[in-house]
Amino acid sequence: MSVILILIGFSLLVALGFLGAFIWAVKNGQFDDRYTPSIRILFDERKEKVKEEKKNNSTKQS
Amino acid sequence: MIQGTLDINTEKKLCYHCGETCPDDSYSKGDKLFCCLGCKTVYEILEEKDLCNYYTFDNTPGQNQKAKAIRNYDFLEDSGVKSKFISFSNGKTALVNFIIPNMHCSSCIWILEHLYRFNPAILSSRVNFLRKSIAITFDETHIKLKEIVSILDSIGYEPLLNLEGVSTADHSENRSLYYKIGIAGFCFGNIMMLSFPEYLALGDPQDLYLRKIFSYINVVLSLPVFFYGASDYFVSAWKGIRKRIVNIDIPIALGVLVLFLRSLIEIFAGIGPGYLDSLSGLIFFLLIGRVFQNKTYEWLNFERNYRSYFPISVHIVLKDGTESSMAVEKIEPGTRALIRNNEIIPADSILIKGLGKIDYSFVTGEAAPADIQNGEFIYAGGRQAGSAIEVEFVKSVSHSYLTQLWNNYLYSGEKESRTTQLANNVSKYFTPAIILLASGAAVYNYFVHPALIWDAFTAVLIVACPCALALSTPFTLGNALRILAKNKFFMKNTVALESLSEIDHVVFDKTGTITEPGRSDLKYFGINLTDELKQAIKALVKNSSHPLSKAIFDNIDIETQIIPENYTEEPGKGISGTVGDITIMLGSQDFVGNYLRKSSPHAPEHTTSVYVSIDGSVFGYFYINNHYRQGLSTIKKYFRKSAAISILSGDNDTESKNLQELLGEDVELRFKQSPFDKLDYIRTLQAKRKKVLMFGDGLNDAGALRQSDVGISVSQDVNNFSPASDGILSADSFEKIPIFFDFIISAKKIIIVSFAISFIYNLIGIFFGFSGQLTPLVAAVLMPLSSISVVIFTTVAVSAAARKNGIL
Repeated sequence: MSVILILIGFSLLVALGFLGAFIWAVKNGQFDDRYTPSIRILFDERKEKVKEEKKNNSTKQS
Repeated sequence: MIQGTLDINTEKKLCYHCGETCPDDSYSKGDKLFCCLGCKTVYEILEEKDLCNYYTFDNTPGQNQKAKAIRNYDFLEDSGVKSKFISFSNGKTALVNFIIPNMHCSSCIWILEHLYRFNPAILSSRVNFLRKSIAITFDETHIKLKEIVSILDSIGYEPLLNLEGVSTADHSENRSLYYKIGIAGFCFGNIMMLSFPEYLALGDPQDLYLRKIFSYINVVLSLPVFFYGASDYFVSAWKGIRKRIVNIDIPIALGVLVLFLRSLIEIFAGIGPGYLDSLSGLIFFLLIGRVFQNKTYEWLNFERNYRSYFPISVHIVLKDGTESSMAVEKIEPGTRALIRNNEIIPADSILIKGLGKIDYSFVTGEAAPADIQNGEFIYAGGRQAGSAIEVEFVKSVSHSYLTQLWNNYLYSGEKESRTTQLANNVSKYFTPAIILLASGAAVYNYFVHPALIWDAFTAVLIVACPCALALSTPFTLGNALRILAKNKFFMKNTVALESLSEIDHVVFDKTGTITEPGRSDLKYFGINLTDELKQAIKALVKNSSHPLSKAIFDNIDIETQIIPENYTEEPGKGISGTVGDITIMLGSQDFVGNYLRKSSPHAPEHTTSVYVSIDGSVFGYFYINNHYRQGLSTIKKYFRKSAAISILSGDNDTESKNLQELLGEDVELRFKQSPFDKLDYIRTLQAKRKKVLMFGDGLNDAGALRQSDVGISVSQDVNNFSPASDGILSADSFEKIPIFFDFIISAKKIIIVSFAISFIYNLIGIFFGFSGQLTPLVAAVLMPLSSISVVIFTTVAVSAAARKNGIL
């Protein structure tokens, strides 16, 4: 049964890793603004580039 | 022809930029219509930079540009001013922080994060939407701060530039709460897992050593919870004891301490596994409650003082006649400055040149602008409405009449709440009660099971720990705060919200609070005007920017396209002109004096009225009075049940009859109140042990708002300046005040019911405690169960109450 001690130790280590990740995230400012990033991700950068290319093409043609 | 124009008028055309109705087709680009030149200009700028994606995220995202003034940002060249905004600079790249009040939708975020398209020297820009702030990194060698601000202004996002600067984001308090929750949650989960064998009595007898090891691991895990996670509660309890106030944190701290010590003793003496799971769970739930309580509206500033109202710099005129800009803090008596239309006078001064038309509505509560002659005194905080004037300052900013309010002791520290919080009130009786009960349990067991004395004593203290009690207030009020904010009523914190239910005297400011600024009711007395004459009058006043002209314009609802001839305006007196073949004069009694006969209608004295003279004979006068906000009499009826009402006004008493009619005789009206009178009035009420709620709007109410038990500032636009207060109410929601109060009172009832629920759990727990049966398993089930059921109850009940009141 003493093998369980190793397992417990290991699971605590993994959990500590997650706790560390959480603390790092807070320290990094990821919890300071919980709204803007959710909007930012919706901006479609690719569409703009296509538009720009089109515009360039059309100016070249003319 | 006439039919055609009518069609255009009836068909509503919305501005592509800001979404307001376009008066005509005069501003258009392609198939897109604009309401004004400003909106069209912004569109053209965006089109040129290929940033029209702006219009795809939200319909008509722009801000209306009609009222836009041309601003001069030269003062940003001043290094002292510059350093207020630039938070980092290494000579090449610099970081600047601005607050942008106009930010309101996802299109705003998009355009503001694409600033680099306007000028490649802007390296990046990052928006924090909740704070309405933007951080811009830029290449200092290629672009000046001034140019960045001009770019922002040109697309309709003028940053807030005032003396206060930008408060650098302070996240430390918020972050430490997250750290605590993270750590408490981590420890709670792991302790729970390691306690499982104990709950279910698992394992072979020969593996007993494992349980012991688990218990020791639990002790290690509980250390950060006890010493770090729970530290706030110990600090608060200690503060309470030193001030001899029994707050809610005292029984909590006591319970936590007993839990921890008893668990340590049991574990190290080998008696049992202790209650460390309950301990960490308790702290974890309490901290989550704190997040609810701390929820604030970061983009609203409840602590603003005159510094954020005044401009950051003025245009000074040097002795040799040249102009330059100067930070307002550096203003000294004797400095001369140029004040343009719509600019604020930052210090007490004397008019030197030009015609002063000073709008003091924000400072004294006087609704109509005051005419100031050369050599006359102008108080700081007035806003020039008219052509540019030259003034000479006689005092510095901090010594001016108005700013003296802030030198008062009132502003030296935190406002102390005079109302008691319900939870602390309960705790006053609760704490002695549980100590008595615990002693009772000890005495009882002394006779029945002497071996269990210690067990029973500590067990009662543990189960009586008012976790659910402490959670019910933050969850109920936190939720209520959120619901009120959805209805544009923003309270600073839950303490202020709780105080609202104890109010027994309500004080309203008049101008701007119960009246609607910029809107007046117009009554015409005299010979009836034909439609043709009305049209002519409307055509004439269209040319004038005077507030009274505007009021007349707004109140005549006939369309007109005629352009008057021979238009002249005599400042401070009136306007005249010819429309078609009718000569019209509009203005004061003096202005039309030559044509005034004894038989002509006369306006009562000391009222705001405009005489109408047509073709040399006085037809009558427009009588102008304040437009009161909707729902005022309902609000009065609502409060009459529970509170006395007074109305304070900086204005003269011409409105007193009107108000008396509207509100009834039992309302106290006080006119010509200076900011200091208002403050004193609140103090007198408080000396009579009244709990005062004050509604105000301007700087003149700032002292009274601060002094009253709850001060709420009513604001036309919550993003604009409002004086320091406990809450900000959007003017749109003014008529909902009775509903809000009903809701707040139900919230208080919900707290009381949830207290009752948590008492029931405590009683069950105490029953176990008395009989010495409080096993770790019972504690571990009972404590989270009581907390969770209270949280669920309050959340559901608050939402139900909001729905019943129709505000959710």
